[in-house]
Amino acid sequence: MDYSSILTSGVYGALGPVAIGYVLAAIGLNIHFGYTGLLNFGQVAFMLVGAYGVAISVSTFGLSMWVGVLVGILAAAVLALILGIPALRLRSDYLAISTIAAGEVLRLFYRSSVAEPLTGGVYGLQRFGDDLLDLNPVPPGIYEVGPLAFTARDVWLMSVGWGLVALVVILVYLLIHSPWGRVIRAIREDEEAARSLGKNVYAYKLQSLVLGGVIGALGGMVFTIHQQSAHPDGFDPVVTFFLYTMLVLGGAGRVFGPVLGGLLFWFLMLSFDAFLRELMATGYIPPEILVPSDVGALRLALVGLGLLLLMAFRPQGILGNRREMVLDVR
Amino acid sequence: MSDRNNATAALADVAAEPGVAKPDPLLVADNVQRSFGGLHAVDVDHLEIQRGAITALIGPNGAGKTTLFNVLTGFDRGGSGDWRFEGKKMSRLPAHRVAHRGMVRTFQLTKALSRLTVLENLQLGATEQRGEAMFASVVRPLWRRQERAIIERADALLARFRLDHLRDEFAGTLSGGQRKLLELARALMVQPRMLMLDEPMAGVNPALTQSLLEHITDLRDEGTTICFVEHDMDMVMGTSDWVVCLAEGQVIAEGPPQAIGSNPAVIDAYLGKQHGAPPAEELTS
Ligand SMILES: Nc1ncnc2c1ncn2[C@@H]1O[C@H](COP(=O)(O)OP(=O)(O)O)[C@@H](O)[C@H]1O
Ligand SMILES: [Mg+2]
Repeated sequence: MDYSSILTSGVYGALGPVAIGYVLAAIGLNIHFGYTGLLNFGQVAFMLVGAYGVAISVSTFGLSMWVGVLVGILAAAVLALILGIPALRLRSDYLAISTIAAGEVLRLFYRSSVAEPLTGGVYGLQRFGDDLLDLNPVPPGIYEVGPLAFTARDVWLMSVGWGLVALVVILVYLLIHSPWGRVIRAIREDEEAARSLGKNVYAYKLQSLVLGGVIGALGGMVFTIHQQSAHPDGFDPVVTFFLYTMLVLGGAGRVFGPVLGGLLFWFLMLSFDAFLRELMATGYIPPEILVPSDVGALRLALVGLGLLLLMAFRPQGILGNRREMVLDVR
Repeated sequence: MSDRNNATAALADVAAEPGVAKPDPLLVADNVQRSFGGLHAVDVDHLEIQRGAITALIGPNGAGKTTLFNVLTGFDRGGSGDWRFEGKKMSRLPAHRVAHRGMVRTFQLTKALSRLTVLENLQLGATEQRGEAMFASVVRPLWRRQERAIIERADALLARFRLDHLRDEFAGTLSGGQRKLLELARALMVQPRMLMLDEPMAGVNPALTQSLLEHITDLRDEGTTICFVEHDMDMVMGTSDWVVCLAEGQVIAEGPPQAIGSNPAVIDAYLGKQHGAPPAEELTS
């Protein structure tokens, strides 16, 4: 069996554009869930409006990609306000319900024939990232790092992507270690106590929802720009489920939690994939038991099992603090 | 314990009757009502709270004390009525605005912010923080100096309440009594004119109770107006300048503590109906 190819698959997965996009979205979710205690089960909706903000601006209207990025950010902010203004006045479960619904409603709308002139419907939109690719300063060629090999395009897009992750991590660090961060963490602990000390809890929750949503939109943009293709079915509810798994794995309410969780999650996912395929190719697993087309479903079930085990045995994640976790919150 | 202080003296000539006018009221409330379905949890015609005094709000369980606090402090927006604080209308303000106006409450079930440190709990109480605005928060120089001043103030309060050794612990690790102290210290960070304390002594051991009571009288002597809910008559006797008794949502009696202890309406509300009227001495001893 070719172990090194299994491991390289994992490393590609962990460093690649999909992982970058998901890491950004999980950082946004960390602001919502990890720091403010908001139950957002539709982070994928923010990724979707971000990705399509770019795709529609460029492919449908022929605008510059940079205009598209602004459109995507704006769309995420508007979505956060539409969801938050009514729901954040109510009990926390209302946000959970409306975000789940928003994610599915948006995906179904974007893929519908009504929206097809704008969104391309089920066919999606293609080729909207040229403005970024044209800026590529990396000379053409293949760049090898040990067993890994990257094209100039990969090197460029991964640098931009991870550079963006670094910037966002710094931003979140500054926010969380500021009086603003203190207020949102206090809201997570007990919003009535925060209110009794003169904090406008509703306004802070809205700010948190908008900020995390915009970061989620950036995540959606990153991997669709890399793929040069936006497709509504890439934004199904499973995405949010993966984001929570990454977040809990790395440690919710930790600045580096979603980054570490994301790296590990995608490494494990893709090396597991490669491992299974290797077993099938070498005949250790006969085709009567498993065929390559089942790998996706099996992988999903294993993520679920992994999340369960994590919640049972290490709910604070890798970076979390057990002592902090077991404090009674109320 | 000091028997006569300025606040008690100022209230000496006030008649002991429900809804009586005070010489220098900080809070004046009219027709405060709150019902849950058919239950009139609060139905107060008129109530004045004297500035600079400790007013105790007593009454049997379910009398509506907490509900009255919730309505007055903007936490329960389902009530009605008019109330003025320092002569300015306060009814229908949201809770955070009430706090900004200088009326700060604590909770019957203490709300320590568990996964914030003790120091952070106090820092949160400071108002008008520049760094609490989202955009300013990422530019540290804009708020660094103010933060330092806030930490100094917090440290002074922590020392005063003997919590300084717990400064960097998570608030969730504190004992029940320490949490009560923390909540009081945190409320003081807001620099309130009036403190509304809902059962500050509940579940606190006797030694800590004594120190809490001393803190409360000290605060009064420094000019803070205090209104607190309490069950235990003994605490009320020793500490308060004025007592208001609530039963079934209404003010049934008010007066100086000695007079309240022997007021038949109070005895009736407290014991008579439920316990078959034991002798009144038991109440005042
Ligand atoms: N949210 C609520 N819904 C329904 N009834 C309530 C609610 N809050 C309080 N009550 C009722 O109002 C009455 C007054 O309660 P409360 O103010 O907590 O009394 P106290 O603090 O004096 O013990 C009680 O009968 C209580 O059951
Ligand atoms: Mg109560």
